[in-house]
Amino acid sequence: MINYHTVYTTCPYCGTGCGMLLEVMNGRLVGVLPCKTNSINQGKLCIKGWSAHEFVHSPERLKKPLLRKDGRLEEVEWDEALSFIASKLKAITQTHGPDSFAALSSAKCTNEENYLLQKFTRAVIGTNNIDHCARL
Amino acid sequence: MTNSVEELEDAACIMIIGSNTTASHPIVAMHIFRAKEKGAKIIVIDPRKTHIASYADLYLAEKSGTDVAIINGLLHIIIKEGWYDKQFVEERTEGFVELKTLLEEYPPARVAEITGVPEAQLRQAAEMFAKTKQSSIVYCMGITQHTVGVDNVLSLANLSMATGHIGKWASGVNPLRGQNNVQGSTDMAAIPNVLPGYQSLADDAVVSKFEAAWGVTLPRKPGLTLMEIMGAIGTGGIKALYVMGENPAVSDPDIQHVKKALEALELLIVQDIFPTETVALAHVVLPAVSFAERDGTFVTTDRRVQRIRKAIEPIGDTRPGWQIICDVAHAMGAGGFDFASPSEIFAEIASLVPLYAGISYERIAENGIQWPCPTKDAPSTVFLHKDRFSKGLGTFKPVAYKAPAELPDEEYPFILITGRDGFHFHTGSMTRRSKSLTAQINRCYVQIHPLDAKKLKIKAGQMIRLRSRRGAIEVEARITPIVQSGSVFVPFHFAETAANVLTNPALDPVVKIPEYKICAVKLEKAT
Ligand code: SF4
Repeated sequence: MINYHTVYTTCPYCGTGCGMLLEVMNGRLVGVLPCKTNSINQGKLCIKGWSAHEFVHSPERLKKPLLRKDGRLEEVEWDEALSFIASKLKAITQTHGPDSFAALSSAKCTNEENYLLQKFTRAVIGTNNIDHCARL
Repeated sequence: MTNSVEELEDAACIMIIGSNTTASHPIVAMHIFRAKEKGAKIIVIDPRKTHIASYADLYLAEKSGTDVAIINGLLHIIIKEGWYDKQFVEERTEGFVELKTLLEEYPPARVAEITGVPEAQLRQAAEMFAKTKQSSIVYCMGITQHTVGVDNVLSLANLSMATGHIGKWASGVNPLRGQNNVQGSTDMAAIPNVLPGYQSLADDAVVSKFEAAWGVTLPRKPGLTLMEIMGAIGTGGIKALYVMGENPAVSDPDIQHVKKALEALELLIVQDIFPTETVALAHVVLPAVSFAERDGTFVTTDRRVQRIRKAIEPIGDTRPGWQIICDVAHAMGAGGFDFASPSEIFAEIASLVPLYAGISYERIAENGIQWPCPTKDAPSTVFLHKDRFSKGLGTFKPVAYKAPAELPDEEYPFILITGRDGFHFHTGSMTRRSKSLTAQINRCYVQIHPLDAKKLKIKAGQMIRLRSRRGAIEVEARITPIVQSGSVFVPFHFAETAANVLTNPALDPVVKIPEYKICAVKLEKAT
């Protein structure tokens, strides 16, 4: 049995925002098709867009949370990583104040993620030290 | 962009300045080529003779970093000749007299001397841009990545307002954003001085609205910018840093300094999809999913809020970025992070950000919507500033030419320009793991003008050591007249020979953008 379908999405690279269809076969990405009805790209993509699926299944993807122990990054469960962050962050901001924290957000992450990271920085930690690398 | 990408097809004159459009934004270039097919005039202003420059009706080979002088020079001619839009200037702008006074200092002869562009070409460009009915400006990082980045942007605004080429179909000022969600991350206030939707931290009503929604008291003091954060690590102010989806150990200027700063942190949290150079320095790493494994929205360079959609299940034990931030907040015991899906987060955004108030996942199911979209039945705003500017009148801000922070001298005789290659993206963490793209090119290079190559006896393919006051890298020589004699160009996607070892961390005083486009280097043959 082959299960093939396409999913309408937006190119992950430049700010032009071309519409594309990800081709999915048996749960894996196998290709990209340009969207014809998106008025920005009108059925066209550049070479980066055409190959936008290729990095997704790279064997180098990070697959587990990592925590530095004795100088080395080791795989851990989510709970351990999250409670480590919570206790460290609390200790640092309690000792040095909220302005000892800063966050760098990303022009490659979604609106929702950017919104949440700035909300976390401002509302949970209590500092406006947040910026992104979009100037670069 | 004040206009939409596809509107460019209807422009009758397009001035491209500081944008290697065919390499960095190929689909925008497609619309520009279609405009040309319909008879549009193309003016390219760039220190490099880029691919699109070879199709231009007029190419002005400016010296690096002289954009303000060129634009002031064009405005000088336009006003002297009476080619400006008198009605637009009278009805919609203020400060024209001050602009005129400053422009007295930019007669063509002086501008030609500063910029290296002949007077005749300045006149041609001024006439072509001003006298055509629908002219548009397209610009990119060649304008912004300078210590005078803000001045450059202001002078382009002056040019478009004086000629009335703004607030119309196919006519406006159009910055091209380098990464897919530059616009959105700024809209969402992942910046230190405003709240989401560019709402002021100094406005009590705004702050109370957010405090009521989030159930907290908010800090009012503006935060630090990226480069200030990096600086504050060394001196001890910043102890903990949360980096989401970025790779400052490659993307920031003077990276040897940046790496030392990151190493000095008590806590470095990095959330990413690949083991980047920044991940290698982290204390804790949170593995996120890629764009194909999650839902969300991106905003295009023309303010269009579009969807990304989950196509496959998360790979390994990874989680969507939005969920990870909620998990961290929950671990801290914080409320206000109980979201079941990105559409719920988007609904909260729309309830707090007037520009987005009328947008929802239902409305952007098929086509994106361009903000501002204040109500549920408001249409896309295809182009901005139609009958008035958001603040009422547009103000001319006269800006004087200032030289770049670091110019060549005897010891470091070449100008280094950094930028993008057409086959790769940003720090390469995604594109360098894509076999179609690495098959095209997978190592760094330096573009050297044939005259300089001859003088220094450099052959194509030879390894060259580039050295600046901050460090050195070794890359392969490409001999090409794309660059001017006296300048070299290196793309910044290659972490192992990172161009940012060389770059100057001098900043624009207002928005703190580093001067990636100009620093001084010397060339040595690597043995
Ligand atoms: S397909 Fe090319 S031009 Fe279109 S968004 Fe992707 S990278 Fe940009």
